[in-house]
Amino acid sequence: MKELILIIIAGALINNVVLNQFLGICSFLGVSRQIKPSLCLGGAVIFVITIASAVANLLYTFLLKPFNLDYMKTIVFILIIAALVQIVEMFLKKTSPTLYKALGIYLPLITTNCAVLGVALTNVQNDYDFLQSVFAGFGTAVGYTIAIVLLAGIRSRIREEDIPKPFRGAPVVLIAAALMSVAFMGFSGITW
Amino acid sequence: MSKKMNPSLERLYNGIIKENPTLVLMLGMCPTLAVSTQAINGIGMGLSTTAVLILSNLIISLLRKVIPDEVRLPAYIVIVASLVTVTELLMEGFLPSVYEALGIYIPLIVVNCIILGRAEAYANKNKPWLSVMDGLGMGLGFTLALTLAGLVREVLGSGTAFGVQVLPESVPPIGIFAQPPGAFLVIAFFVAIMNAIGIKTRQRKLVESDGCDGGCAACQAPCEKKTAKGSENA
Repeated sequence: MKELILIIIAGALINNVVLNQFLGICSFLGVSRQIKPSLCLGGAVIFVITIASAVANLLYTFLLKPFNLDYMKTIVFILIIAALVQIVEMFLKKTSPTLYKALGIYLPLITTNCAVLGVALTNVQNDYDFLQSVFAGFGTAVGYTIAIVLLAGIRSRIREEDIPKPFRGAPVVLIAAALMSVAFMGFSGITW
Repeated sequence: MSKKMNPSLERLYNGIIKENPTLVLMLGMCPTLAVSTQAINGIGMGLSTTAVLILSNLIISLLRKVIPDEVRLPAYIVIVASLVTVTELLMEGFLPSVYEALGIYIPLIVVNCIILGRAEAYANKNKPWLSVMDGLGMGLGFTLALTLAGLVREVLGSGTAFGVQVLPESVPPIGIFAQPPGAFLVIAFFVAIMNAIGIKTRQRKLVESDGCDGGCAACQAPCEKKTAKGSENA
């Protein structure tokens, strides 16, 4: 149990997926204009990554490994992620229209969010079993949500500042991300 | 660009300077930030992406009349993923040190926005030869940006360039540039310099405008139309 909690904390804070491993930068910079959409995207990412790591782990253990198809993992993972996003979208549309409305436009974005594929591949690399994969996926996605919501908060303040002209737009956002990354480096000192 | 340029050369110019994928279009940021710790990693990553990009553009352009419109994105993803797997195996076999250094970012070339973006914006409506040149131009532009970022980070962060000591030993390196925050900082300054010297970056359009945010997937639908329009104006 302690180990699983450690995996979540490591994924969410110490090895933050965005600020430390640079996965999912596109949506991190793109959707972080306001806090609410960022939260919605974060919710959708948590949902998809957790399911995707579970499915990827099952497929890897029971299909790819027994048949020695290890080298097919990139192709298989990206296809299941794409299919999964579609299924989740259809499922939400039928069962929970309110949630679908909130997450709707963000779901298709997630297919090419490299964080999803990244987590699936890292889990395989680390030889995680089923439970560990699910927890690692969940922790990573929580870390993603923390980072994007924090950046959205910072950006809503940046907007009112008088920024030197060349730095307006993307550069100042990147600098904010750099400072966040410095702050998150502080977590790397945590030991149990 | 006032004079009529040879269309192949025009593609190269477009990819390397005018629509530089990293610095102007702000695509493929994840690998740019992640592997730019050293100049040599930048070159390795850039060239492997270039190889995949050229081949995927070629194959998609050849198949552009065969692939039905409704399933084109899954088809592209399968093509790209196969090419990436081939590249990964080749690198593991022949360049184990680079393979080791780039690690998980090689399989992640599959979800590099540049590749699907070019497939959607260019290769699926142009002839094979021009698509290859487009892939080459975009790939070289990406490689250039990655190598430059890697060089700056390497010199500032560890005092070396391509593994050779360039700063005198007495000058202590600024460690933070070799760490993750350095990546954000260096790219931020690159884009700011591009802004300052007046090369119009599109990132405002890509980042701020509605529907196009989220880069990658979102761009395939609404943004790529814009990108395509942009390249037609060339």
